[in-house]
Amino acid sequence: MKTIIEMKKVSKVYDLGDVAVNALRGINIEIKRGEFVAVMGASGSGKSTLMNIIGCLDQPTTGDYYLDGVNINDLSSNELADIRNQKIGFVFQVFNLLPRTSALENVELPLLYDRSGLAKDPRKGATWALNRVGLGDRISHEPHQLSGGQRQRVAIARALVNQPEIILADEPTGNIDTRASIDLLSVFQKLNDQGNTIVLVTHEKDIAEYAKRIINLRDGYIVNKKIVKKRRSALNDLENWQDEEEKIQVDYEK
Amino acid sequence: MKWKNIFLIAFRSILKNRMRSLLTSLGIVIGVCSVIVMVAIGEGSQAKVKEQINSLGTNLLIIFPGISHAGGVSRGAGSLNRLSLDDAEKIAEEAKYIDAVSPMVMTGAQVIGGGNNWMTSINGVSIDYPKIRDWELASGEFFTEQDIRSRRKVAVLGKTIADNLFPGQDPIGERIRIRNTPFKVIGVLSEKGQNARGMDEDDLVLAPSTTVLYRLKGRRWVNMIFARAASADQMDAAKKEAENLLRESHRIEPKEEDDFGVRDQTEIIQMATETSRTLTLLLGAVAAVSLIVGGIGIMNIMLVSVTERTREIGIRLSVGARNTDVLVQFLTEAVALSLTGGLIGIMLANCVAFLLNRFTELNPVINPGIVLLSFAFAAVVGIFFGFYPARKASNLNPIDALRYE
Repeated sequence: MKTIIEMKKVSKVYDLGDVAVNALRGINIEIKRGEFVAVMGASGSGKSTLMNIIGCLDQPTTGDYYLDGVNINDLSSNELADIRNQKIGFVFQVFNLLPRTSALENVELPLLYDRSGLAKDPRKGATWALNRVGLGDRISHEPHQLSGGQRQRVAIARALVNQPEIILADEPTGNIDTRASIDLLSVFQKLNDQGNTIVLVTHEKDIAEYAKRIINLRDGYIVNKKIVKKRRSALNDLENWQDEEEKIQVDYEK
Repeated sequence: MKWKNIFLIAFRSILKNRMRSLLTSLGIVIGVCSVIVMVAIGEGSQAKVKEQINSLGTNLLIIFPGISHAGGVSRGAGSLNRLSLDDAEKIAEEAKYIDAVSPMVMTGAQVIGGGNNWMTSINGVSIDYPKIRDWELASGEFFTEQDIRSRRKVAVLGKTIADNLFPGQDPIGERIRIRNTPFKVIGVLSEKGQNARGMDEDDLVLAPSTTVLYRLKGRRWVNMIFARAASADQMDAAKKEAENLLRESHRIEPKEEDDFGVRDQTEIIQMATETSRTLTLLLGAVAAVSLIVGGIGIMNIMLVSVTERTREIGIRLSVGARNTDVLVQFLTEAVALSLTGGLIGIMLANCVAFLLNRFTELNPVINPGIVLLSFAFAAVVGIFFGFYPARKASNLNPIDALRYE
């Protein structure tokens, strides 16, 4: 498979005046097309910084980052914007949907900034993406009319709509309950099965086990990289979850 | 990237905050509206003054007596009066560009007739006078060349005099007395109304110039001479001609100053409208200031909006908006707000002008040039005051913007 992300000795130093914070220290990563990678680490481990660099929101202080064969360090801010538009789809912990804006218009957004000329009909594209995350019947709902899980699905649809190389999810389950989290992971797993490359940042081991591979970060270093042996299936867990719910229900009735 | 999309984004954003957008535009609405209405009121009064001066007659030249100086002290207008009936006659006979001339001999006197009396102004004029003033008779007839030569005691009454001396009667053929001299009423003038200074134009009696000069005043000099140029394009030539003829008849050496003055109607109109033009300018300037204040209002809201929408800007940047896209979006919002405000302001101005016309003495005249100008000014205000907030928005760092709480 083709390599999408390649990082060579990537470091990031934040200069806070008196002190310099080393967020990343010589990271080497390679992610191929079709992978589902979870980046794990406690807060302060540098995973958000890594995420920002992968997502071309930030650039490394030293080292090289190749995205789809292009060295990001050489690009202007306009070119970075175009890469974010074409090759990357973001899903954030806090949803980051535009308020008082329908799901459809939220999902349309990346297509409106499309300069490649591929996005012919934003409305059609957005409807397609919302259907893929199972929200085809909620296109005119505004974020406040949707549950946390549904909002995050809208965010995923927005990430999908430009058919990017990678979907980057930064703690996507951080603000929703467990059941909705597993539901959401089933969406990611389905997308991955259909060929999408997914990078998921999380600090929860449970969540990371739905990915195919885990990269552990601590204090800006990679501690280890491992293949997930007993990968969890979100769909199965959901079925079991229903059983559990019934069990609780039965207990209560007794 | 299609421009259409950026405009779409900007307009969606405006419509999402309808109330705020409306309030933001309000400054511009009031600014544009007041500029248009103020200038319209000013121009309306200017037009009124102009109209009143034109009621003096068209293509009019007025020849005044000169000013005498005694050792550097000016004795004031009319102090050097050497205008005579002969001067008027000479102009009437010799000038090519002047087709009507009338001397004006003025005196004030009590008029007694029909058992009533009235203090009024007695004007001695020539037979050309009604032609020059564009003034028709309501009844009877005007005096003739023969009446003037014979200094006949005939009079034509202004409407006010006729109504006051002979209420409800036909004054033609009646006798009146002016300073104990009996006159026969031969005509009544049509109504002319008030002049530019608010004086009643119909409060006068016209009589042959010679009669007034020799029988009532007993002096040589006339107060002024009215002359009418044959056409509007010949005003300058006519003025020059009158000056030359008078210098000749007064035997003024080439280096000497005129002992008379000639004013044409355009000058009079200019003088009279000067004040109201200054006033228009002042009103317009004050209103323009309110337009600028409106612009600052837009800047204020846009700046607040940039802070409030920092996260939104972060989201846009993260999905691939370029900095210029954000700049154009915010600039478009500012300009759209000011243009909408401008349009509403123009509509409001028309309503206000209509109401003023209907319910007040003011007759505002809306100038399309000012409408366009104020609209363009609103656009410029939008761009000028929208640029700083837009720039601030576009310079945000996507990571900081996304993290902003």
